[in-house]
Amino acid sequence: MTDLFWIFVSAAVVTNFVLVYFLGLCPVIGVTSRSATGLRLGLATTFVMVLAGLAAWVMNAVVLSRAPFLRIIAFVVAIASIVQIVELFLKKTSPSLYRELGIFLPLIASNSQVLGLTIFQTNRGYTLVQGLLFALGGGFGITAVLALVGGIRERLEFASIPAVARGPALVFIIVAALSLVFMGFAGMGSAS
Amino acid sequence: MSLIVKEKSSPTDPRVVLTRGLWHENPVLVQTLGLCSALAVTNAVANSLAMGLATTFVLVASSLMVSTMRRIIPHQIRITTYILIVATFLAIADMVLEAVVPNVHAAMGPYIALIITNCIVLGRQEAFASRQPVGLSFLDALGNGTGFTIALLLMGIPREVLGSGTFLGVRVMPEAFEPWVLMLLPPGGFLMIGLLLLLANWHDLRKLARARPAAPAPATAARTASAPAREPEEALV
Repeated sequence: MTDLFWIFVSAAVVTNFVLVYFLGLCPVIGVTSRSATGLRLGLATTFVMVLAGLAAWVMNAVVLSRAPFLRIIAFVVAIASIVQIVELFLKKTSPSLYRELGIFLPLIASNSQVLGLTIFQTNRGYTLVQGLLFALGGGFGITAVLALVGGIRERLEFASIPAVARGPALVFIIVAALSLVFMGFAGMGSAS
Repeated sequence: MSLIVKEKSSPTDPRVVLTRGLWHENPVLVQTLGLCSALAVTNAVANSLAMGLATTFVLVASSLMVSTMRRIIPHQIRITTYILIVATFLAIADMVLEAVVPNVHAAMGPYIALIITNCIVLGRQEAFASRQPVGLSFLDALGNGTGFTIALLLMGIPREVLGSGTFLGVRVMPEAFEPWVLMLLPPGGFLMIGLLLLLANWHDLRKLARARPAAPAPATAARTASAPAREPEEALV
């Protein structure tokens, strides 16, 4: 039980997907000019990550243990199809949510966070429950970072920034500071 | 940032196609693409080089393939097709690295597999290889891949020299130098790309500032140039 708890915590903060593994930086730079959009994108990513983790576990258990060299191709195709299915499903069942997420959903298909999750999960040999908690924790960490960076960038709109630092350069330096903060969690739950 | 790559122009001059990716349209420093793999592996020069070369290989091979098949690939499923082509070459690169440099392969961990989500690779297929002939696509991929490698080395060299006092594993800093461990940790990677982008911004601003006072100059030059041309007329009158 404690083992499962630490998988969640370590995926969320200790080895945060964005700040420690450098996964999914494009949305951090491109999408997070608002805290609320960051939050929504984070939740959508979490949702896809849980489904992809599930699919990766099934494929690993059934087929891929016999053909490990097909892993990358299989995962990529699975993630792309999941995103497509989620998109179709949302379009039918909840058009308002679909409109809100509209632009972000296809972006998630080319998101390294989801593929990274499936690869980490495979390399570490997680069971189904462990994998699900890993996906939830990772998603939680991503959502937190997207919302945090979005919030900081909202405040920055009122600051006078020298012309040299405008654009991605400043965002990266902010993310560096955030990453430094998250380094404070390093060493927690080193069992995983 | 996304797969939508804004093309300033689609040059057909082979030299421009090859060289623009190196610096003026550098995929990392100018277009901020492919950052995940750029930051994750650049804590040592050897890893940066391996990642750069692997990405270049995947990019060149996929571009050749996509460009050859560009008339056959149906428009609706083109992205999926590109992903499958890229993933095939990626599997080759992964296996070759594992066989040739096993310790570098182990250090790079899952990031080799993540080359597939590198926006540069898919971006070049969508923006260039799917529209241009094979030869030009080859040059474009080669230029962008080399530009990516240059950017990785620009990050990897200072990070290794400052972070562990070595260059390709050989000690270059004096014994008394206390390594900045921070440069090897994730914050160091973010800081390094931030500083590089600052430098690029500064360079652009300076070029702009130099261009602005220079702008009236051609006008005056034209005036002085046209002035003597009028003189003979006046002389005629």
